[in-house]
Amino acid sequence: METKTIKNNEQSTSKTIRISGSEAVVRSLIAEGVDVLYGYPGGAIMPVYDELYKFQNEIHHVLTRHEQGATHAAQGYARISGKVGVAMATSGPGATNLITGIADAQIDSTPMVCITGQVGSHLLGSDAFQETDIVGISTPVTKWNHQVTKASEIPEVIAKAFYIAKSGRPGPVLIDITKDAQFEEFDFKYEKCTGIRSYKPIPETNQVDLQAAADLINNAKKPLVVWGQGVILGEAEAEFKAVIEKASLPSAWTILGASAIPSTHPLNVGMVGMHGNYAPNVLTNECDVLIAIGMRFDDRVTGNLATYAKQAKVIHFEIDPAEIDKNVKTDVAVLGNSKETLTAILPFLKENSHTEWHQKFKDLYQVEFDKVIRNDLHPTKDGLTMGEVLKEINEQSKGEAAIVSDVGQHQMIACRYADFNVSKSNITSGGLGTMGFALPAAIGAKMGAPERDVVMIAGDGGYQMTIQELGTIFQTKVPVKIVVLNNNFLGMVRQWQQLFFDKRYASTEMENPDFVAIAKGYHIDAKSVSKREDLANAVKEMMETKGPYFLEVMVEKEDNVFPMIPTGASVSDVRLE
Amino acid sequence: MSENKLYTVSIYTENNIGLLNRISAIFQRRHINIESINSSASEIENVSKWTIVVKLTEDQMKKIIGQIEKQVEVIKAYYHTEEEIIYQESCLFKIKSDLLFEERQIQNIIKESNARIVTVNKAFFVLEKSGRRSEIELLHRELSAFGILQFTRSGRIAVTKTPMEITKMLEAFQH
Ligand SMILES: Cc1ncc(C[n+]2csc(CCOP(=O)(O)OP(=O)(O)O)c2C)c(N)n1
Repeated sequence: METKTIKNNEQSTSKTIRISGSEAVVRSLIAEGVDVLYGYPGGAIMPVYDELYKFQNEIHHVLTRHEQGATHAAQGYARISGKVGVAMATSGPGATNLITGIADAQIDSTPMVCITGQVGSHLLGSDAFQETDIVGISTPVTKWNHQVTKASEIPEVIAKAFYIAKSGRPGPVLIDITKDAQFEEFDFKYEKCTGIRSYKPIPETNQVDLQAAADLINNAKKPLVVWGQGVILGEAEAEFKAVIEKASLPSAWTILGASAIPSTHPLNVGMVGMHGNYAPNVLTNECDVLIAIGMRFDDRVTGNLATYAKQAKVIHFEIDPAEIDKNVKTDVAVLGNSKETLTAILPFLKENSHTEWHQKFKDLYQVEFDKVIRNDLHPTKDGLTMGEVLKEINEQSKGEAAIVSDVGQHQMIACRYADFNVSKSNITSGGLGTMGFALPAAIGAKMGAPERDVVMIAGDGGYQMTIQELGTIFQTKVPVKIVVLNNNFLGMVRQWQQLFFDKRYASTEMENPDFVAIAKGYHIDAKSVSKREDLANAVKEMMETKGPYFLEVMVEKEDNVFPMIPTGASVSDVRLE
Repeated sequence: MSENKLYTVSIYTENNIGLLNRISAIFQRRHINIESINSSASEIENVSKWTIVVKLTEDQMKKIIGQIEKQVEVIKAYYHTEEEIIYQESCLFKIKSDLLFEERQIQNIIKESNARIVTVNKAFFVLEKSGRRSEIELLHRELSAFGILQFTRSGRIAVTKTPMEITKMLEAFQH
């Protein structure tokens, strides 16, 4: 592949030194500004680990307790910091254990570089000990991958890997390095990659489209914005806010778009999709212009496509041309990086007020409040609700904590009720819905933003999928706050069984261990609460503890998450009960 | 919904191991059968050209082109209808040698079809024919009557009637 590089800037070492491939790996990572990486050693990657030992003052390796944990930690780190997360594993089982996290990063556009060791190149294809075709296996879930068999390829391939992972629509990249390439010596010099001939990360913005989009927005009577992670990935929060404020556009978010503008912003009308807010879902089918910004019309967002926003003209601001018309036919596509396109459209937008239209959102919010939110946040029955736990966390953290959630009912509750007043605060597995994501991702998030409070929210099911990462927390002392909302069920599946399978609770009830004892076994402060009167103090204690903390909250066993758009239903058929 | 049509896809790529996997996976995920596939050198040095024939709707075709172009090593992908291209396929027939001398008709078929004899020995002879799918199929039908020992057909290769702007794109990268 033809590449362009920067020469002789401070990141590049223009003089050459004779070193091994494994040392080149570590030096290349350092040259890319990597200060922490997550991984697990093994035979085929040992030479690189040996170099990491030598360079431990410059680059910090975190030993997770499972390679899946390493990928999720790298994702958490990347999502909160905006930098590339790095995970490393040995060949064979080490490499295959990375796959879930890679797939998760791919669908959620998270920049990540994974490095795997591989058997010696003379053994490739011979079913050697711990040989798997990780390049073949990871192909469908990586933005790019490559196998290195010669030490001299290492700097260029790593430079390319970082460039590809980070640029345009970000994603995961995997580099597989044979053991002989790790040992081989060569003349090393490092140059950052700044371009690849066959790869155009950001499409050109067409001025005619931009003008057409502005005209549609200016003439809209009932505009609705749905924004996604593209706003955050493009670092376009300020530009986005300026656009919606100038034209007074009610704006709703997808799960991964959450936190780009504060929850308290008056134009923020809530979350769209399956368990999103009532008003933006219903009014999707009433708006006259739908402005999608950096989102991909996932089926969890759109429900039945045949009835999705059919009355509306659709404008799609997007960096990835393959997303245009993929699910929803657009009238105007504005290609480009969100920061640039939103900056460019601002001068063409007219000031507007849309008062009556805003009132509709307020009225429907009231309907949702009376039917759902009041019961979730101010319950009158005995059992604790997941919603009130979130409310308590909001109060104690002043809505400034980063929330790392797992997958299930608690995730939807966390997204619905957490206050996201700082950008990059909702770290969750959106596209893949990976249980087990939260605990390791919280570790990475806290390391990526040590100055922030990081509160993890998991269910009793997903928590146990990566519970071994308590060991990583104990060893690194990373002060994450771990909240498990225990309903003794695989709650979200149980909810579906209740609603769509006649309450046949097949394999969803869980007998759980003593979670507090387990946390304490890892020397982590821990508490369990089951009474409303103990909740506030427990959350306070957790937030005030300097080190890591585990809090189990026993919640109502059979609560459901509403509103809900059943699979295949229209967004406007959202159920409130 | 529009109808399934035969499309020829041309993809210009960097020459890279593993790309076949990525490209075929794009079709496989959507349950689209690849009718034929060919990868070769192109008019540009160090750039490979893929020619893929698939049957699908234009809407599917457009989305797939988007996904193909998204691959890092893909420089540019195009799709064409049958009318927009000049294409050829090539095939080989292996036939018992006796027939060549005993069946006058076979000699006529060879002459009329513009097929070429590649080799002849005591046991068999090999015929090569390049052309459009229909010409090859016709020849296959005619020879079947006498018995074919072996038959194989290549993937389609194609060039477009209109110029492609790929060279200009590549020049732009150099600056
Ligand atoms: C790895 C994985 N396996 C299975 C699922 C399917 N799944 C989605 S939600 C869910 C239940 C989650 O239960 P729990 O973690 O206790 O959280 P709750 O829903 O009770 O809040 C399951 C099994 C999944 N998303 N991920």
